[in-house]
Amino acid sequence: MMWKQIISVLRLLILLTVITGIVYPLAVTGAAQTLFSEQANGSLVYIHDKPAGSSLLGQNFTTAVYFHGRPSSAGAEGYDAAGSAGSNLGPTSKKLEDALKSNIEKIRNEDQIAESFPIPSDFVMASASGLDPDISPESAYLQIQRIASERGIGENEIRELITSHIQSRQFGFLGTDRINVLALNMALDRLAGK
Amino acid sequence: MITDVLLFIIFFVLLLLMAWPLGKYMAKVYSGERTMLDTIFLPIERTLYRLTGIDAAQEMDWRQYAGGLLIFNIVGLAAVMVIQELQPILPWNPEGMASVPWDLAFNTAASFMTNTNWQAYSGETTMSYFTQMTALTVQNFFSAATGMAAAVALVRGLVRKNTKHIGNFWSDMVRSIIWILLPLSIVVSMVFVQQGVIQNLSPYMTVDTLEGGRQTIAMGPAASQEAIKLLGTNGGGYFNANSAHPFENPTPFTNLVQALSIFLIPSAMVFMFGNMVKDRRQGYAIMAAMLLLFSVSLGGLYASELYGNPIAEHMGVSEPANMEGKDMRFGINGSALFAAVTTAASCGAVNTMHDSLTPLGGMITMLQMMLGEVVIGGVGAGLYGMMMFVLLTVFVVGLMVGRSPEYLGKKIEAKEMKMAIIAILIPAVTVLFGSAVSVTADAGLAGINNVGPHGLSEILYAFASGAGNNGSAFAGLSANTLYYNLMTAAAMLIGRFGVIIPVLVIAGSLAKKRVSSPGPGTFPTTGPLFVLLLAGIVVMVGALTFLPALSLGPIIEHLLMLQGVTF
Repeated sequence: MMWKQIISVLRLLILLTVITGIVYPLAVTGAAQTLFSEQANGSLVYIHDKPAGSSLLGQNFTTAVYFHGRPSSAGAEGYDAAGSAGSNLGPTSKKLEDALKSNIEKIRNEDQIAESFPIPSDFVMASASGLDPDISPESAYLQIQRIASERGIGENEIRELITSHIQSRQFGFLGTDRINVLALNMALDRLAGK
Repeated sequence: MITDVLLFIIFFVLLLLMAWPLGKYMAKVYSGERTMLDTIFLPIERTLYRLTGIDAAQEMDWRQYAGGLLIFNIVGLAAVMVIQELQPILPWNPEGMASVPWDLAFNTAASFMTNTNWQAYSGETTMSYFTQMTALTVQNFFSAATGMAAAVALVRGLVRKNTKHIGNFWSDMVRSIIWILLPLSIVVSMVFVQQGVIQNLSPYMTVDTLEGGRQTIAMGPAASQEAIKLLGTNGGGYFNANSAHPFENPTPFTNLVQALSIFLIPSAMVFMFGNMVKDRRQGYAIMAAMLLLFSVSLGGLYASELYGNPIAEHMGVSEPANMEGKDMRFGINGSALFAAVTTAASCGAVNTMHDSLTPLGGMITMLQMMLGEVVIGGVGAGLYGMMMFVLLTVFVVGLMVGRSPEYLGKKIEAKEMKMAIIAILIPAVTVLFGSAVSVTADAGLAGINNVGPHGLSEILYAFASGAGNNGSAFAGLSANTLYYNLMTAAAMLIGRFGVIIPVLVIAGSLAKKRVSSPGPGTFPTTGPLFVLLLAGIVVMVGALTFLPALSLGPIIEHLLMLQGVTF
């Protein structure tokens, strides 16, 4: 009796596994690939027909000619899109204090920001995913001077470029104003005629 | 600030608008009444029973019901372990993931089977597509259905009279999957894909980045798992960063849909309860108590995050300094809402690294789990957990007015009270005992990432999350060690079945009783007085149990943070 019941349970488990673990995800995959294939495959962006990343994922920008993104704890170098992670540092962590200190100092040097001018918190604090594609508009405006002098483009032109890339709150009340750094940098390259 | 509050209000309105009709529908599904979707689902259900030889029409007493539930879960646990061990020779493994070490595999299996979805592993570096789909996605459905079945059995115990039967586990479980979880998951996963959640079986992709570096992008069938992860209040992320990962939660809109998906079924179950007991006000009263507690949590969490970290502000970061562990697109409102929702509902998905929340914000997430996951709560688990507090409330009221307590016409006697107290105390004891052992054992202390009071918070959180079957983490804790894998697995199993079994005992015991009609001395369980008493009892039990531990962790950390102390 007991044995028979276990066999029945095993059969049910296998059938339900097929339904929820194979039919369901494959059906969704099929529908997704048919209806929304671009999104289903990672919303890739292309440069000269070669995939150069995803519009949803941040990339490492360290050179002076590009807008920089947020600090990232994904992978050793940051922005490892096969190893998403946050810093998991708590508010009273000495490690966080040190990281903030060095991030702030670096930005003040690179972008010639006066000591009295506060730095936006998104620009020095690590994101949750380590792959945050966005920064705040304030963090982008902070970099105008550097980008302008490195690229030899007028500051006003850069400012306009930034403003035109602000994504406002979705439907007016969801999230916060933000700028996709990869999209901004690609537009910057186009502006510079590169 | 005003738009933030607007978001919260819209969230509540949308939730109630969707949960109310769903609750009505669910009451029909479990009562075997006709629904619109029967033409599609009835043939599937019949085929399942024909192929397996299971008799789903046979009524069960509580022992048979619990037996079926346990066998199903134990076999499921074994299956998840076996698939993880065999993933190198199974299909859909383009990245060549190796067998998962046994302790991690056991932890993961216990975690997904108990609807906890604590993740000591990192998805994109550990699990093959086959494992994600056939082991993890599957248990997301099974564990949710198990919780829903147990709650329905308890409601039947309240509704029925003079019988020992509380329904059929197989029927309740299968109907939960086919009629409720699966159709909702299909709709929600397509919304996710449209917004940018990935859904493919491609190998990981390496690209040359704009700056000339290289970036390897993880791929996989994420959307299908994402939908059930939220709807089933499971919470196990496809990727390590969970719902913070842009491929899991790409836009502010998906963030709202995710938060709604988490609360949808647990809220609907409360309305379902009102429908099944033929007095909807009973459901409204419980919903009101839950939403009252939740509003306080959400408000507190949001205020604390808005206040931010004064230590960073002193260093020259503009106010509010609060973006550590948060992604830009969600904003403070979307991050606070998600953190409050996921810990209220025993979901455990995160779009924010809870370890990096402000001390008081982090404490609120922890406290919601410690209250027993009854503020909305998990699918099924929230309703049956709250019912234990309802019994406690009518008992306390009965003591105060000197009348034998009753609920919905059923006398609440010693047996029910014993079981209710066991169900309330077992998770609490597990949290405190597990934390106490861990802060005295070297193996426990070795895992801490943040030292000082925050280190205690990390350990407390781990056990609150495990015993409450939440699954979120102060993820700085290195939880993938033999010690923590076994300890948290034990906490999850005790926290799950240490509640479900007493609940089913109560269901069986209540079903046997006769129903007496309300007299002049009957305490009404629909008015605002009852709502306040119920919420008060929940808070009081939680506060009395956990205040000492919380004082040593987040509360003291908050005070030290104000003084600028770091560790």
